[in-house]
Amino acid sequence: MNFELTEEQKLIQQAARDLAEREALLDVIERDEKAEYPYKHVQRMKELGFFGMTVDPKYDGGGMDSLSYVLVLEELAKHDSSLAVILSVHNSLACWGVENFGNEYQKEKYLKPMARGEVIGAFLLSEPEAGSDATHQKTLAEDMGDYYLINGVKNWITSASTAGYYIVIAQTKPELRHKGINAFIVEKDTPGITLGPHENKMGMRSSDTHSVMFTNVKVPKENRIGEDGFGFKFAMKCLEVGRIGIAAQALGIAEGAYMRSLKYAKERKAFGTEIANHQAIAFKLADMAVKIETAKLLVYKAATLKDMHQPFGLISAMAKRYCADIAMEVTTEAVQIHGGYGYVKEYHVERLFREAKLTQIYEGTSEIQRIVISRAILSE
Amino acid sequence: MKILVCISNVPDTTTKIKFTSDGSQFDATGVQWIINPWDELALTRAMELKETTGGLIDNITVINVGTKDTEITIRKALSVGADHAVRIDAVPTDAYAVAYEIAKYLESHPFDLILTGIESSDYNGNAVGGMLAEMLNIPSVSSVSSIEIVDGQVLITREIDGGKQLLNVPTPLVAVVQKGIAKEPRIPSMRGIMAARTKVIEVVSPANVQPLTDYIHFDLPQPKGKCKMIPADQIDELIHVLHQEIKAI
Repeated sequence: MNFELTEEQKLIQQAARDLAEREALLDVIERDEKAEYPYKHVQRMKELGFFGMTVDPKYDGGGMDSLSYVLVLEELAKHDSSLAVILSVHNSLACWGVENFGNEYQKEKYLKPMARGEVIGAFLLSEPEAGSDATHQKTLAEDMGDYYLINGVKNWITSASTAGYYIVIAQTKPELRHKGINAFIVEKDTPGITLGPHENKMGMRSSDTHSVMFTNVKVPKENRIGEDGFGFKFAMKCLEVGRIGIAAQALGIAEGAYMRSLKYAKERKAFGTEIANHQAIAFKLADMAVKIETAKLLVYKAATLKDMHQPFGLISAMAKRYCADIAMEVTTEAVQIHGGYGYVKEYHVERLFREAKLTQIYEGTSEIQRIVISRAILSE
Repeated sequence: MKILVCISNVPDTTTKIKFTSDGSQFDATGVQWIINPWDELALTRAMELKETTGGLIDNITVINVGTKDTEITIRKALSVGADHAVRIDAVPTDAYAVAYEIAKYLESHPFDLILTGIESSDYNGNAVGGMLAEMLNIPSVSSVSSIEIVDGQVLITREIDGGKQLLNVPTPLVAVVQKGIAKEPRIPSMRGIMAARTKVIEVVSPANVQPLTDYIHFDLPQPKGKCKMIPADQIDELIHVLHQEIKAI
């Protein structure tokens, strides 16, 4: 077992760190407060090739491995989770889904612009009444012969207003339940698509989240991904990959909170000494460090298994569950270590605390991950 | 026109410096290594010149005197856009030895513009650039804050006391660059990192020159003493401390 990153992985990690520290960190508090989309930083991520970085170069991607991609998300999330989620949805769900299950026409037309970073991708699965229970899709995709007619509402869509391509999951044959579900590539400017207002979120406020309404939206038949009825399986496969991205993001959030707490604890004095010298604080830091190290091993292993083309669904569920939960625990303690300063925005940890919460909820709640994990281990 | 950028491999600027217990060596355990920040700015300016002079500059090479461990640093230089890299396989013992090794290489590989950072951020020697020019018998310009190439002429601005000096310097030359030469170093793109995979680092056997200096001992600065704040209106307390406690008066 080799725990050493390659030279190239270290370079990629440093590139993401530089972008996050030198650029994104400068206006992250302001963007969070105003819920402003990070146009400038998204442009820089495009220039640096982070969008589409794992796509095969023959489809204009960067051809990087999953571990490199995890390192990028982790570094970004230490300072700005909004950048990480924009990237994660684009790469893990939209690009990966089309690359692995789309046909050559779809890859040529839709994957290539996404891999070049020219068009951002979004993934439309959740609905007002179908979150964790994704089998109950109310959005209908009626088969009209040479096209599908989509009607319904999708919720909590990351990059809804900034994406150009939507991967839409919708029900074609309700009587077949999840086996009647299809996945489609839908161009955002297709007539009949309207957006709900920008969601006023607790955290990751700089990312762009809306509901999306479909009213008699015509989608060409050739935009269906895979065979008729493949949509649910497609979505679940994409989420297996998505979980690695969100785990990496959660890990980054935890690390961002930990490194700030470590610095603060060595500087802040109480009762005549730096608070790091008080066991109450030192032990908190020790526990944070252990959790982060464990989380890192899980998410790096998930990415490595994926790179080795070995099954990674179980380990990615474990990584997502664990990283998200420890991100919440670590950020909670980080606010506590900072005391009053942790409760104001300048010290960043209150923002990381708010951001951590979402990692336990989206792309499969911690409870759903436990279902995935328990089913897998019990069926062995 | 060909540009050579000399790069040093230095500890990350946030490194907590430690020495071995006998004080004879720098303790490199766990240290992250980076391109010397001044050299990285020199490389950034070289890239800018290449991009803005319409094909005038056909090659940017980076050169490093170091062991194989420095290759990650060299690879970064290639991923931000250097065309070629040379590593002279020797431990960089002192400024003279480094300058000598590079000068030896340049005898058979001429360049028009040679850039060095004003100093390395670890040993702060500030000597390689000048020595190198002397060994090559070519002009060297220090404290360079701007380099422009206009109609094939190299125009250099250097910082002088109370102002700036503009020079037109014949090539080949060594420019020792400092703050202002470029805004900030570039972050390598995925495309650049991918392209660097196929760029070869040319490893050159050293001339094995003897250094002119030797390090005897390293010491960390004395830790700061405890600071006692005395409010400005408590003169008696100040006198008491100075007289009784630290016996300074």
